[in-house]
Amino acid sequence: MTISRRQFVSSLAGAGVATMASPNLAFAQNSGPIRIGLLAAKTGPLASGGIDMELALTMFMKERDYTLAGRKVDLIVADTAGVPATARTKAQELVEKNDVHCIIGPLAAFEALAIADYLTEKQVPTLGVAAAEDMTQRHPSPWFVRLTSTSAQCAYPLADYAAKELKYKKIVTIADDFAYGHEMCAGFQRAFEDNGGKIIQKIFTPLATPDYGSYVAQVKNADAIFLGTAGSNGFRFLRQFIEYGLKDKMAVIGGMTALDESVLRNMGDEASGIVTTSWYSAELDNPLNKAFAPAFRKQFKYDPGYYAASTYLSGEVLEGALKTIKADAENKKALMAAIRSNDVETIRGLVKFDEFGNAVGDVYIRKVTRSDGRLVNSVIKTYPDVSQFWTYDKTEFLKGPVYSRDYPPAKNLEL
Amino acid sequence: MQFWIIQGLNSLSLGGLLFLLSSGFSLIFGLMRLANLTHGAFFMLGTYLGAVALRTYSGLNIWVTAIGAGIIVAALGGLFERLVLTRLKTNPLGQVLVTLGMSFIISDACLVLWGGDSIPVPTPHNLQVPTRLFGFVFPTYRLVLVGVAITAAIALYFLIDRTRLGAMIRAGVDDRQMARAVGIPVSRLFTIVFCLGAGIAGAGGVLGGPILSAYPGLDADMLPLALIVVILGGIGSLFGAFIGSFIIGFIYTFGTALFPELAYIILFLPMIIVIAFRPQGLFGRVSA
Repeated sequence: MTISRRQFVSSLAGAGVATMASPNLAFAQNSGPIRIGLLAAKTGPLASGGIDMELALTMFMKERDYTLAGRKVDLIVADTAGVPATARTKAQELVEKNDVHCIIGPLAAFEALAIADYLTEKQVPTLGVAAAEDMTQRHPSPWFVRLTSTSAQCAYPLADYAAKELKYKKIVTIADDFAYGHEMCAGFQRAFEDNGGKIIQKIFTPLATPDYGSYVAQVKNADAIFLGTAGSNGFRFLRQFIEYGLKDKMAVIGGMTALDESVLRNMGDEASGIVTTSWYSAELDNPLNKAFAPAFRKQFKYDPGYYAASTYLSGEVLEGALKTIKADAENKKALMAAIRSNDVETIRGLVKFDEFGNAVGDVYIRKVTRSDGRLVNSVIKTYPDVSQFWTYDKTEFLKGPVYSRDYPPAKNLEL
Repeated sequence: MQFWIIQGLNSLSLGGLLFLLSSGFSLIFGLMRLANLTHGAFFMLGTYLGAVALRTYSGLNIWVTAIGAGIIVAALGGLFERLVLTRLKTNPLGQVLVTLGMSFIISDACLVLWGGDSIPVPTPHNLQVPTRLFGFVFPTYRLVLVGVAITAAIALYFLIDRTRLGAMIRAGVDDRQMARAVGIPVSRLFTIVFCLGAGIAGAGGVLGGPILSAYPGLDADMLPLALIVVILGGIGSLFGAFIGSFIIGFIYTFGTALFPELAYIILFLPMIIVIAFRPQGLFGRVSA
């Protein structure tokens, strides 16, 4: 490729300022490309999300000709296979062999937790996607930010909406039996019951559940069922739910991954009308997303969802920070400070970070509708600037234990 | 009352599904003494083939698709047996490892070909309306599936018990050396049985599709179930696999409904008890 004069000048300027800022740094070290590592599960059961993460970030880099803030970028993608031990090995490889300046990902909480301590120890700026609450609450790391949402962050607005606007009184929750599902249902329950609703039944199903029929048949009579699921399990449950004729009896609402665009593209009209919540929708009406979503759809023939958006968003936040520090990615402290202090306009709207490194941003209530022949998540209400602590007092919130299967205790269960 | 009826029907339909899954495994295990760890992958391959075929050609009938997928998977199984397994016949442990390797290859191939999203297998149109009986609602397809499993069981019973091929298979199961000595072509029998077992798994995969959907990891979810059913029912016994399927169907369904906290171990408890007191399984002809 050719380097335009402006790029040349700006990269010179960037290098110059950086050298001034940290005089110990050799110039030669600073002139190579910025190395960015992406940890994504490209094989195994989480592959669908992991592949989208790679596609979107690669697309982001291509759009910028692999140049951020005037400096070339090397993107190194490592496959974690959705296995914590592999994620750890790959993270180590990225840091020690590839000498990356920052890491984006990984997808699953158990992967993120497996590498969190290592990345903190090595002081690698990490732009996370995984949702585990405590990574930005009781055990935050100065080297970690999350641009998406904690497990429960998007569930609060939906609980509010369900109680106040949909006027639901009784809700059943169902989720996969692991931390993500526990935390999301706990947050939903807390906000819903604080608004006068009742959670009358909480069902957690093992990750490997051969037949959802026996669970569907247990669902108690309520106004709605809340799906706190991710990936194929929620989708399989929902199909059985419909087969048993329950969709005519009660409404279905869902968390941020239950009816993600990646699930919707394999569903039919049975999904119509389901209300879910997320920090993103391919239908978002802002200039950046108006460019991103159609371009992604044109290239890959389907809508971007949670996973694709998460890495594209990471790219945007990273680019903003690199511009602030004039592409001096070697200065990790400055990079991290810039990431945390910048308010960046992104495809999900304006992203800010709280002091724990978690995103504060708009959360959208969406409804599945048909548009141009395909199912989409149309935004029906926006909750502005939602924090991971919702409307609760931060200090009080952090005094309590982390959300779990049994915390906060469910007082309104029907036996 | 409604709870017991609905969960009872659920148990039956899960039992039917489990029989379609495990009968092929039982056949292969019985004759070849080979724990075919590719079985879950054969089942998954069937589900994917069904999902893709039924989505692409909307006029296609699920029963025809199941037979077609069964034939494709049977052919693949036959090739695998001829080209790989026979070469390892003196090395039983190697055979088991190879079947495990093959299952990884198939599941990764499915991921490459069809991506990581779950693909639903549509329920046949005429069976989509739930059956309403005495005020409760039950998916019609699940009821039909029980009938299909029973039909398959009867057909297999006739094949094994009433035909010459069946007699040879039974002879091979009971005493392989003796069968060979009296002139039964045991190694050709191996191929036939392997094809048959793989084919039933492939067809069962399609038929289980409307309940399970095709998704990465389906193979690993299904394989332990086949093992549990066969160990419980008894090795080399189709009748054992049949009864074992329905026992597991009932235990799983009522177990997860009545004691949800035990969902993780509910399947393994009966198996452990049976192994402890009756190592050959409930209806086993030979011990493992």
